[in-house]
Formats: sequence, C-alpha cells, structure tokens
Amino acid sequence: MRWGVIVFPGSCDEQDVYDCLKRNLGQRPEFLWHKDRLKGKFDCIVLPGGFSYGDYLRCGAMARFSPIMQGVVEFAEKGGLVLGICNGFQILCEAGLLPGALVRNSSLQFVCRQVCLRVEETDSPFTCSGKKGQLLRMPVKHGEGCYYADPAALERLRKNRQILVRYADGKGRSSAAANPNGSLDHIAGICNEARNVFGLMPHPEDAGEKILGSEDGLKIFSSVIAACDKKEKKAWLG
Amino acid sequence: MRIRIFVCLKEGVLDPQGKAVERSLHSLGYQEVRDVRVGKYIEISLDAPSRPAAEARMREMCDKLLANPVIEDYRFEIQE
Repeated sequence: MRWGVIVFPGSCDEQDVYDCLKRNLGQRPEFLWHKDRLKGKFDCIVLPGGFSYGDYLRCGAMARFSPIMQGVVEFAEKGGLVLGICNGFQILCEAGLLPGALVRNSSLQFVCRQVCLRVEETDSPFTCSGKKGQLLRMPVKHGEGCYYADPAALERLRKNRQILVRYADGKGRSSAAANPNGSLDHIAGICNEARNVFGLMPHPEDAGEKILGSEDGLKIFSSVIAACDKKEKKAWLG
Repeated sequence: MRIRIFVCLKEGVLDPQGKAVERSLHSLGYQEVRDVRVGKYIEISLDAPSRPAAEARMREMCDKLLANPVIEDYRFEIQE
C-alpha cells in the first residue's frame, strides 16, 4: 500500500507516522512536502500532528492553503482515503473536509496523557478491523482538541454514524473525567459522510509497539490496509 | 485605508479563556463583571477604489481565513 505523509512547516509527528507504518506494518510510506502539488498514486494520505505554521491565527488555518491541499481535497472528493491526526484533524476541519472545529481545551491546559477510545462504528475504512465497543489505548498531546459543532451539525454526525471513536474510561464508559479536553459528546474522532476522510485527536502512531505502552494504534492503520485490500467489496465507500 | 477587524467566538461556543479572565477579575474584587469573552484584534492596510469595494474584499478575507465561520463571528471598521 502506498501512503503519503504530508510535511507542513511545523509538523512534528510525520517521522512517527512514517516509522510506525514502515517498521511495524511493513508499509511503503513517502513524505510529501506541503509546497509540492500532489502527484503520483496513493492509497491513503496522512496529515500528521504538530504545529503547522506555528498554530498562528487558528490551528490548521494556514496549512489549509498550502499548495498540496488542493490535491488532497480532489483526492478526497474522488474517494481517496485521508487520515488527519491531531493537527491533521484541525487542518481537515479548517479545510471543510470534516464538519465542526477544534477549539481550546476546556481546562485551558495542554494535555499529554494516555487515553482510552471506544470504537463506536466499524463500517469505515479506519475502524473496520475493530469491534464495536472495543477500547483502544493511545496518547493525546494537544492544547486545542475540544471538538465543537453546532447542534444541527452534531445531529447529522450522530444520524449518519460519523462519530467513529469517543473518549471513555478503562471500563468503556464516557465521562467528563475520561474526556481530556471537554470535547462535545466526548468526540475523539469523526469521519465525513462518504466515510473516506477521518480525523482524530489521539495519536495511533504513538501506540504502535509495546515499548510505547500500547499497540492499539495499529488497529487504525491495519483497518486502512484491510479496507484497501477489499476496497471494491466495501459498500461504505460506494 | 486602515481596517480594524474584531473576531470573537460565537455565542454558544465555550470560551474557557473568557471564563478564566472573569474568575480572575472577580478575585480582584470586580464582582460586577459578567460574560467575559476573549477575542482577536487584527489591523490591515488596504488599497481599494471605494469603501464598498473594500468591504466586499474584507468580507471575503474574513470568511476565507481571518475567522472560522463555524466557531467565530467578526466585524470590521474602515478608516479612510
């Protein structure tokens, strides 16, 4: 499978994504510079975490206008898989590829800790290898991860089952204590209506081997690999 | 022309910064303070043939980049 990992000025997790894909999963990732046009064939494009453009103005606000993003939007419109992690999620929201926005954590603190995610839906290319209700442990590290959408947009997310993962405690229960940033409805990650674009605040690439404390992050990447293997059979991608 | 742009979180969007500032003002003894919202202030110089032209350009810039319409409201003042 061919993965493109975009590098923006200020990205800092691109190497973690690259290593996780290559060393842990035997994939063929390739870095893509934000100033280049998107060319070549890719199965999945990853927008990694970090602080693109210094988070100036709003997180992700300027990265959205990088030359490569036009190609990413076209790629997504044609059904290509796009995964945004942390700052990547913020960029996808700013670019309008995902609804809503990510605002300052309700605690006003930068959070850096291991969290638990509950898999809510498995009919997506990003969660198809998981089980409904399964708990995935991986870290968060962000200052602006509080998901917000207006009531109508939130209703659409629920109705279309676009909320793929929610924050939960070790027993799978959502609560204010288990929610690291005050995110609306405990949302940790959502996909678009077509289900080919996924953004999440936690970092699956930092939970890819035992020495990091969890291998659960591999579930996200291995779902993408499984989905691409059987892409033509998967109804959720049309 | 000189433009002053004010960007603020929409009503209904939680503003934890505003809340923290409000608490601090209360602890300083300003109990009468309510509804603190923290926003952004941006200044821009612009060449435009007319005031309506400048307004149209500014609205475009605000909608595209300077504010995020999902979470923020904006207004601007033009000084000639």
